[in-house]
Amino acid sequence: MKNSESKKIKKELSVDQKINRRNFISFTTFFVMGSVAFGGWKWLYNSPLEPSGTTAGAHKPLRRALSKTELFFRRFYSKDHLVQTYPKSMAASNVRVNSNIGVEDDTDFKPEEWQLSVMKNNGEALKISIDDIKALPKTEIVFDFKCVEGWDQIQHWAGVKFSDFMTYFKLNDQADKQYVGMKTPNEAYYVGLEMEGAMHPQTILAYEMNDQPLKLEHGAPLRLIIPVKYGIKNLKRIGTITFSNQRPPDYWAEQGYDYYSGL
Amino acid sequence: MKVIKEKHPLVMRWTHWINFPILAIMIWSGMLIYWANDVYSITLFGHTFLHFFPDWFYKLLKIPFRLSEGMAFHFLFMWFFTLNGFFYILYTIISGEWRELVPQKKSFKEAWLVLLHDLHIRKAIPPQNKYNAAQRIAYTSIILMGLGSVVTGLAIYKPVQFYWLCWLCGGYHLARILHFTLTMGYVLFFIIHIVQVILAGWNNFRSVISGFEIVDEQPQTIQQTPSGNTSTTNNTIQ
Repeated sequence: MKNSESKKIKKELSVDQKINRRNFISFTTFFVMGSVAFGGWKWLYNSPLEPSGTTAGAHKPLRRALSKTELFFRRFYSKDHLVQTYPKSMAASNVRVNSNIGVEDDTDFKPEEWQLSVMKNNGEALKISIDDIKALPKTEIVFDFKCVEGWDQIQHWAGVKFSDFMTYFKLNDQADKQYVGMKTPNEAYYVGLEMEGAMHPQTILAYEMNDQPLKLEHGAPLRLIIPVKYGIKNLKRIGTITFSNQRPPDYWAEQGYDYYSGL
Repeated sequence: MKVIKEKHPLVMRWTHWINFPILAIMIWSGMLIYWANDVYSITLFGHTFLHFFPDWFYKLLKIPFRLSEGMAFHFLFMWFFTLNGFFYILYTIISGEWRELVPQKKSFKEAWLVLLHDLHIRKAIPPQNKYNAAQRIAYTSIILMGLGSVVTGLAIYKPVQFYWLCWLCGGYHLARILHFTLTMGYVLFFIIHIVQVILAGWNNFRSVISGFEIVDEQPQTIQQTPSGNTSTTNNTIQ
């Protein structure tokens, strides 16, 4: 902020003139930049919502930023980065039930008639019973379940690893797709997952909690447990599994939340 | 005789004023997020003294049911907060300004005397340069707190990918508590900071915008040191 001496000033400025000059420049800059910042904030705060699509409900520029930020942080993703696991004794006995969209609103649901539908690339639907799934090797996990709301709870789940499931049912062609979509039988709740997250070694299709068969409010007969994502992606009561190269619809991404929601 | 005395370099002033609105937005959007699981309170011997936050406070600031919006703002402005802080620290190190900022051995003892002085219990204040001992401690702490917010924030944001950061913060659960506590620390700092700035007066405040203070000097107190630097013996506080 020095006065440029290179310009040949005929008379040197007095101390008071220097003070006034510097104050003027500084305060003008301060208020101009302050107004610009305030204007920018007003613009952002009142910016229009994004058009409804795979994602919806967020301010347009904020959604852009959210997606770019997630793209940046996805570079740190590795299937070798494992969620911390705990001894069984630390698992909560009273497991929190936070939301039951797609479960409590499905009054016609008959658990004994349930079959998992897997949509293959050729359009054929593979129907799998819970006994077929229980016949596969069982994987257990005790980890800190994290909700997007901010709470966390150490929980104990058991089921089949999603990657094992894909191998045993010979879904290798489907595993080449970029995304996995899951829906409840009544299609009221649905999530989209990147294949890399679904194939993470700690992602399981769970049918047991605390060594007991899953209860309906926890997602019986079969639910998703994906520790590399927030709870919102851990869909209860899987009805259909689909594979695609476009992002499948995702319930909370349509409500302003980040699509990726990875941890 | 009026003399212009340089105080705050341009970079320091810019980063200071850029940080102010960014931190405000981070705290506000952080509250939109915190609301969704507002479990923290100050409880001693079974009695809750303060719950974060009371309903009237939420209503006043229109906080409820804005979690997704809060996250969207938070994860955008975290970049500006981090980059601005990074730039400030880099500048402070390269320019050598850190010498004026980082507490010295004697600062911890002197800070007590500064406090007594500020509370009008003690008349004299230990001699100081740009910042007094209490300021050195406070301003260095606030930078470390900023760093702490970035680290605990990243630990909550990607606890699996940055599992080592999460471990460093004592786990996910504790990291969220620390992240929140640091924020409360900013609010406390802000209140004290504002009071001190008001008490210090216009000359001090202006220096954070124009960069200089005006000091009244007797010409004979200016001495030429052997190295040719002008050293003055005035005692402006703050």
